[in-house]
Order: sequence, then structure tokens, then C-alpha cells
Amino acid sequence: MKKLLHQLYRSQVWRSIFRHGLPESNRTRAEAVFYNFFLHVHPTKVRKRSVIFSYTWGLGGLSFGLFIVLVATGALLMLYYRPSAPQAYWDMKDLQFVVSSGQFLRNMHRWAAHAMVAVVFLHMLRVFYTGAYRPPKEFNWVIGVILLVTTILLSYTGYLLPWDQLSFWGISVGTNMIRAMPLGLGEKVSFLLLGGNIVGENALVRFYVLHCFIIPVAAIMLMVIHFWRVRKDGGV
Amino acid sequence: MDKDFKAEENSDAKKAPKRLAFIKTRTAARVKSEEEEMVMTFPNLVVKEIIAFQVMVIVLVLISLFVNAPLEWIANPDHTPNPAKAPWYFLGLQELLHYFPPVVGGVILPTLTVIALIAIPYFKINLKKDGMWKEHPRQTLTGFLIFVGIVSLILLLFRVYAMLVPTIMISAIMLIPYVSRREGGIVGWLGTRPLSWWVMTWFVIIAVVLTTIGTLFRGPEWRWTWPWQGIY
Ligand code: HEM
Repeated sequence: MKKLLHQLYRSQVWRSIFRHGLPESNRTRAEAVFYNFFLHVHPTKVRKRSVIFSYTWGLGGLSFGLFIVLVATGALLMLYYRPSAPQAYWDMKDLQFVVSSGQFLRNMHRWAAHAMVAVVFLHMLRVFYTGAYRPPKEFNWVIGVILLVTTILLSYTGYLLPWDQLSFWGISVGTNMIRAMPLGLGEKVSFLLLGGNIVGENALVRFYVLHCFIIPVAAIMLMVIHFWRVRKDGGV
Repeated sequence: MDKDFKAEENSDAKKAPKRLAFIKTRTAARVKSEEEEMVMTFPNLVVKEIIAFQVMVIVLVLISLFVNAPLEWIANPDHTPNPAKAPWYFLGLQELLHYFPPVVGGVILPTLTVIALIAIPYFKINLKKDGMWKEHPRQTLTGFLIFVGIVSLILLLFRVYAMLVPTIMISAIMLIPYVSRREGGIVGWLGTRPLSWWVMTWFVIIAVVLTTIGTLFRGPEWRWTWPWQGIY
């Protein structure tokens, strides 16, 4: 068995995918990181202090992990969801009672979304209390704050999509806050957001596009810059 | 161009390559050498990341198996629930709306919060690592008392007891290391906390208190209700 595995590791096909050998020496361990597309966000060596769990609590990584879970479950939910009133609500009912594991899928997406808001906030606190916002990391902190706002907006735009009483009134409360903006700005912004004066079908379509395309794309771009800067600023 | 140096060949997982700095201006010979302990990313970090992610997914799956996402009746603009609540992360804000006019609670305070968060690393005062009473304790005390006084007065004026009580409690704790200059123990530890630490801690506690009140303690007409009387 062991011999067979070793033959596999040495075969041309394997080597065309993973160019390095088994990670048995520091050289191949380093190669395992920088020859791998997914791992090469990392340097080959990291500070010992920063891999101690109680330094970061893994919160930044978990924020990203939750985002991945949300993209995966969200894409599946999109297969069953039509952003029109009242169809959206009946699609929710179908997810509950007709689609196999539909309820589970919804639950995963919903709970991961709530968790992400909390975890990103906790990550911010970790960064603050370890003083990791200090120069040269100050701009990455700024990107982080924007990411926090983005995360909340992602969660909030998704909140309207089930088109039930919770959604409708939850969003109404929020857009009424926007109406309080001074200089007549409130009316304009809320009209732009809702595509009308009240939360109606236009609002549903707008929130759908924001939730499934515009904000996630923005979030991904911000995250990419965030991760890149973690390294450029000298690592955790 | 030929390199006139040779990269260090090193298989010790716990050593970083040495870095040299040439200091051209005349300085006192006080160049310190520091060495951070390093470990190989693979497996030390990668394995931890995988475990963390898997534990997270397992926890999510378990929660999702046993707790269903809520789904109420279909949206109905003619039937306003009482109270109408936003999702939990906005209930602190909604609680503010209860005390302040909408422009203040719904626009000014959240905007100021975001601006304040963004600005943190750009102000020297937030980069200080010394305890807040270390330098000029007298002036600091005057400024502190005036500031806390004004804030408390505003909160009292609007009857925001949910913010007033934590504010006064935290202020009192902040004063402990001013009064007692003990070095050790909790008092000593409090004495080493910089101002930025206190402000952030104050912000977090206020945010948690307001969000908890908005989520668990508010019922019809935004009246105070105990959680056992129902969570709205
Ligand atoms: C979607 C949201 C976010 C994701 C996915 C994310 C991800 C990460 C990751 C993976 C790290 C590496 C270290 C760690 O895990 O703690 C990191 C570091 C950092 N994050 Fe975030 N982050 C997010 C939001 C934020 C927020 C809200 C802030 C602050 C306001 C922030 C500020 C920082 C800073 C300053 C660092 C460098 C910390 C250090 O060098 O010790 N990030 N982030």
C-alpha cells in the first residue's frame, strides 16, 4: 500500500499537478505553499506568535470561511428563487416543503449570515485589542471597516428576499431611517434604493441584484485587497 | 548584475533569514537586533486553518439541522406588526431612535461611528501604549471630568439611561487607577490601559447593552418587556 502510494506521488500525472514531492523537508514544505494556488496567499514561513490560536482566534479566517459557505449555499438557493412578489414567498415555501433539503439549505445560509456579522465584528475587536491597526497596517484597518459595513449590507439586503412579514417590516424600518437624512437627501436615497416610495416589487429586484451580485463582488474585491495587504504590511 | 551576496541556506523551521540594515547617517551605536521566532506555514498554519474551518462547518450543520430559519406570513403592507423590528444588528440603532430624533439616531450617530472607526489608526492618541494617567494626570483628569460631565448631561437630558448607567460605571472604573497608584493586581492592570482602550471598551459595552435591550427587552410600542413576557 505504502509503496503504491509512493509510486503515485512519483507518477507524471501527480507531479504535473503537485510539482513538489511530499512535504518531508523544509524545502518541500515551503514548496507545498508557494506552488499551490490556494496556499500561496501565505508566506512559506510565519511568525510563531501569529499561529497561536489565542492571538487571532482564527476570526479573520473564519470570516472568510463563512463567506465561502454563504456563496456556496447562496448559489444553490438561487436555483429555486425568483425575485418577484409574491412568487418569492412561494419559492420559500417550496424550499421548506418541496425541495429536498431545501429547509436545511435555507438554514445554513441564514445562520451563516448572522454568524458572519458577529464574527467580523469580533475580528475587528481582536485587531483593535492586539493593537494590530498601528502603522503600517492603518490602511488595512480602513479596508476592514469598509468590509464590516459591506458585510452588514450583504446581510441586510438578503433579509428582504424571503418576502415575509419579517423581511418587509425589517426593511421598512431601515429605509425609514434613511429617510431621516437631512437636506432632502433621505427621500432621494431611499427612492433610489427602493425604486419607489414604498417597499414593493421594485425594491425586491434591487435588493436581489445588490445581494447576489453587486455587494458580493465588492466584498470579494475588498477581501482580496485585505489579504494582499496583510502580507504587504508585514504579516500578522 | 551579479549578486554580491548569497542567500542563506537554512532548513531550520524556527529561524528567519537575517536582515541587515545599513545606517548611513551618524547615529549612536544603539542598533538592536531582534529575532522573531518563525515556523513553517505548512503544516503549522495550514492544518490549523483546515481544522478551524471544519469545526465551523460542523457547528453550522448541527445548528441548521435543529433550528429552522424563521418564515412568517407573506409580506403585507396593510398589516404592521407591533413592534416592527429590524434584524438584531440594527436593534441597537433602533433603540437609539427611541431616545433621539431620527436624524441623530438614524443618520448622525451611525455615520460618526463609522468615521470614528476609520480614523482610529490616524491619530497619535490611539497609538499610545501607556496607561491614560501616565502623563499629565492632572490635566487628563480635568479633561476627562469635563468630557464625561457633558456626555452624561446630554444622556440625562434625553433620558438615555441605557447609555448613562454604563457610561458612569465605566468612568468610575477609569478613575480607580487615578486614585490608587497600586502597581500590581487588577488596579495595576487598569492603570496600564491606554485611553483608546477605554474608549473602545466603552463603545463595545454600549453597543452590546443597546442591542440586547432592543432584541430582548422591547415589546409593543417599544415598551419595556421582560424576556419571559415574550420576545418580540
Ligand atoms: C469580511 C470581513 C473580513 C475578512 C474576511 C477578514 C480577513 C482577515 C484575515 C484572514 C486576516 C489575517 C489574520 C486574522 O485571521 O486575524 C485579517 C487581518 C486583519 N484584518 Fe481583517 N477581515 C475582515 C474584516 C476586517 C475588519 C472589520 C477589520 C477592522 C476594522 C479588519 C482589520 C484587519 C487588520 C488590521 C488585519 C491585520 C491584523 C494583524 O496584522 O494582526 N478586518 N483579516
